[in-house]
Amino acid sequence: MLLYTLRRILYAVPIALAVSLVCFMLVHIAPGDPIDAILPPDASAETVALVRKDYGLDKPLPVQFGLWLAHVVQGDFGRSIANRRLVADELVSAASKTFILATTAASLGFVIGCILGGLAGAFRGTLIDRAAVSFAVGGVSVPHYWLGMVLVIIFSVTLGWLPSMSAGPGDWAWDWLHIRHLILPAITLSVIPAGLVTRTVRGVVVEILSQDFMTTLRGKGLRRLMLTVHVMKNAAPTALAVMGLQLGYLMGGSILVETVFAWPGTGMMLNQAIFQRDIPVLQGTTLVLAMIFVALNLLVDLIQTALDPRMRRT
Amino acid sequence: MRDDLLVLARDLRVKFTTGVNAVNGVDFDLRQREVLCILGESGSGKSVTLRALMRLNPPTKTIMSGTLELGGRDVVQASENEMSDLRGPFVSMIFQEPMTALDPVFTIGRQITETILRHENISRRKARRRALELLELVQIPSAKRRLDAYPHELSGGLRQRAMIAIALSCRPKLLLADEPTTALDASVQIQILLLLREIQQELGMGMIFVTHDLGVAGEVADRIAVMYAGRFIEEGPVADLMRQPLHPYAKGLLGATVHEGSRGKRLTTIPGAPPDLRDLPGGCAFAPRCTEAEGACLAHLPELRTPVPDRAARCIHVDDRPAAFGERLAS
Amino acid sequence: MTEIATVSSGLVAPRRILKPRRASYWRAVGRRLLRDRVTMVCLGILAVMALAMIFAPLLGLYDPLQGSMIRRLKPVGTPGHILGTDELGRDMLTRLIYGGRLSWFVGITPVAIAFVVGGALGITAGYAGGRINMAIMRITDVFYAFPSVLLAVAISGALGPGIGNAIIAMTMVFIPMMIRISESVTTSTRNLDYVEAARSTGASALTVVRVHVLPNVLGSIFVYATTLVSVSMILASGLSFIGLGVKPPEPEWGLMLNTLRTAIYTQPLLATLPGLGIFVTSLCFNMASDGLRAAMDVRA
Ligand SMILES: Nc1ncnc2c1ncn2[C@@H]1O[C@H](COP(=O)(O)OP(=O)(O)OP(=O)(O)O)[C@@H](O)[C@H]1O
Ligand SMILES: [Mg+2]
Repeated sequence: MLLYTLRRILYAVPIALAVSLVCFMLVHIAPGDPIDAILPPDASAETVALVRKDYGLDKPLPVQFGLWLAHVVQGDFGRSIANRRLVADELVSAASKTFILATTAASLGFVIGCILGGLAGAFRGTLIDRAAVSFAVGGVSVPHYWLGMVLVIIFSVTLGWLPSMSAGPGDWAWDWLHIRHLILPAITLSVIPAGLVTRTVRGVVVEILSQDFMTTLRGKGLRRLMLTVHVMKNAAPTALAVMGLQLGYLMGGSILVETVFAWPGTGMMLNQAIFQRDIPVLQGTTLVLAMIFVALNLLVDLIQTALDPRMRRT
Repeated sequence: MRDDLLVLARDLRVKFTTGVNAVNGVDFDLRQREVLCILGESGSGKSVTLRALMRLNPPTKTIMSGTLELGGRDVVQASENEMSDLRGPFVSMIFQEPMTALDPVFTIGRQITETILRHENISRRKARRRALELLELVQIPSAKRRLDAYPHELSGGLRQRAMIAIALSCRPKLLLADEPTTALDASVQIQILLLLREIQQELGMGMIFVTHDLGVAGEVADRIAVMYAGRFIEEGPVADLMRQPLHPYAKGLLGATVHEGSRGKRLTTIPGAPPDLRDLPGGCAFAPRCTEAEGACLAHLPELRTPVPDRAARCIHVDDRPAAFGERLAS
Repeated sequence: MTEIATVSSGLVAPRRILKPRRASYWRAVGRRLLRDRVTMVCLGILAVMALAMIFAPLLGLYDPLQGSMIRRLKPVGTPGHILGTDELGRDMLTRLIYGGRLSWFVGITPVAIAFVVGGALGITAGYAGGRINMAIMRITDVFYAFPSVLLAVAISGALGPGIGNAIIAMTMVFIPMMIRISESVTTSTRNLDYVEAARSTGASALTVVRVHVLPNVLGSIFVYATTLVSVSMILASGLSFIGLGVKPPEPEWGLMLNTLRTAIYTQPLLATLPGLGIFVTSLCFNMASDGLRAAMDVRA
């Protein structure tokens, strides 16, 4: 297990490097001189010269990548073109907001998905199964930004129960004043993981129920509750893996929902960066989110391995 | 008289919703301490019969009918709760594949203790001690350590021993074994077999044993039942049946000569294929492959004939007058 | 690892492929499809939508770009404008149909390109094995290390708005997915007995691939691609929704949804119509590909 962990972490290093290379290239695929992508048009000649030298923009690409990487590992993602603030500073607060939204949505989706998927698998072929499967197909087919609008129309515009914008006043806190802002975006964002987890858990449960050992367990006289415990423990590694990955996807994919609800997270940052063609912000945000995703992947892999006794000792 | 009857089956039938008639009228009794061996070709319904005794065939896909009593309790009509009370303390089963029959993510110890705790009102600690005793009973070396092992950490033979320990954990009166040694190496097969017979005698259990191995049947069984297309076409005491099978199918199956030391001898193959279980012929199911078949065989299903007490076969060529039977024996 | 979320739902399990697929197999698949009512209904809806978009100029609709200030935001059911008018007074039905053209185009094109390019690379990797496989698959891993929406947003964000850039960005997202699927299906097919046999008789690689591998592999990859179309539709309109992709005044569902956001207080039903278009399309593609997969999952 320790060996496996080390090997798995070592394997993540080249991936992380390659991911940062892709992010580095974002500046270079932007049309025009890279300097125009990272500095505002009205930047003074000294600034231009300084940055050009600092990032080695007159040197070959590999050197530039090295210099850029040196900045990045120190937490320096450059400055925003639009407001000249440090990208890193804005990222911290935005990423924490996105994290709140994404974890809430992923947990919600996980719970819904496990319940529906479990029921569907256990009662395969019945009405419950068909309803759960329809929900799952709907969940993965619905454009969630549209669903967000529909929820706003119902719960904010028509009923007036919940706010439709922002994350509430001031800093985030887990009180009703703030949580009520979280409800609609979290529900909106949860439909995708809910649908996917439902599908996966259903498949896993069907597979487990068809295995020989289920007959053995019934043959021992175990009641339904105990059988459920066995099914759950067998299904847990897969379900958790899907859930972990979904969290990663939601962290990186919340941009549309954050746009709909004006949720001040990384998605909003990206959205504004796109509007203002603020490439440093785009690049920094992408890099951080992608790194979180790589780390989550690694974590999920390790947890899954640890949970399965068959893999633990290899 | 009926008190020592573990199993009473009359016209037991099992049909699947797929249209397969897997068991088509099985009659037999099993007494305490008695060992019945079921022989038959692949697909003849042996496993389905065993599972039917515990009502373990997939509940939503199975239609069971006829009479089946375990220790006087009606199995066909019982509720699922009543059935689950019987499974474990009255009847339990050992499966063919020790690889897949154990839950891979629970330790061996846990899989034994949960059975005990389900049926008996004792503490976790006591259950664990009993689990240890069971592992020692089935002769698993360093049993204490093995309690916390996962199935994949054991060899096939040890896993099957663990399976036996689970089956014995509530001291059942009736043990069902579905080809318990087929998946194992030859040397391990004999050990497991001897162990099973020893334990059966020690605990005084009744046992129903499915096997393909004539030698095994000869050594373990008191009685033998030969199964074909979901029916017991012949049943009788092991020595008599092996020496002189009555039914043409049994004769073919056991081969022309069966003598001592036939362990490891597989059942002889008979030309032709078994009938389609979705669409069984009206008469004797074996007639299309039988060298002695005649028109009357196809007319209707031959009833069970008993030429001597304790022996029975479903063939119109078997004379059920004891005198005639004696004559044939003499000739 | 990463594939569980995106792939588990979209793959005909390779181990199910036991024999070379012959014409009779595809006939059996066709028969099963025809008997599957849900799938047929979905295909029917998609066909009607496609026909309406193709023949839009012949349907006697309004001009999709020409608005009128006095007819702004008329509700659904207004005489002359069955589905009402948008914030610039343009007929909604007209714009929905023309919008579908762009949404479908931007949604389907990346998957089609990825099907060809990713499929070819994946089959090459799977069939060649060894170093070539390593090279292709390691590069694929890198793109898999991005959440797909983020990757699409980042690339098209850097390239700037525009249909072409959106298509490039999305193609970059789908190619790795197609590569993974086709590689794994090809690898398992390659190891089947009859393919091994064909290889050992000395047939050229191209022949073996064409005769033995492709017929097995293409079906699975195609089904997976149809699942991706549903994802792609949502993503394509999503990009336009946040200002990447299609630029105004062109009608496109995601873009229309965005510009109508201001109308949710006055005309909520109207404001949600474009999203409904995306939803129905995506749902139908998803269910149709489920049906297709089920129909292909026969041991013919
Ligand atoms: N759950 C089920 N659903 C449908 N058909 C089944 C089911 N279980 C068994 N069958 C069918 O019932 C018939 C008898 O099967 P069974 O497993 O009892 O044979 P068997 O005598 O044990 O053969 P073997 O020696 O190969 O183990 C077979 O045709 C089998 O396909
Ligand atoms: Mg069997």
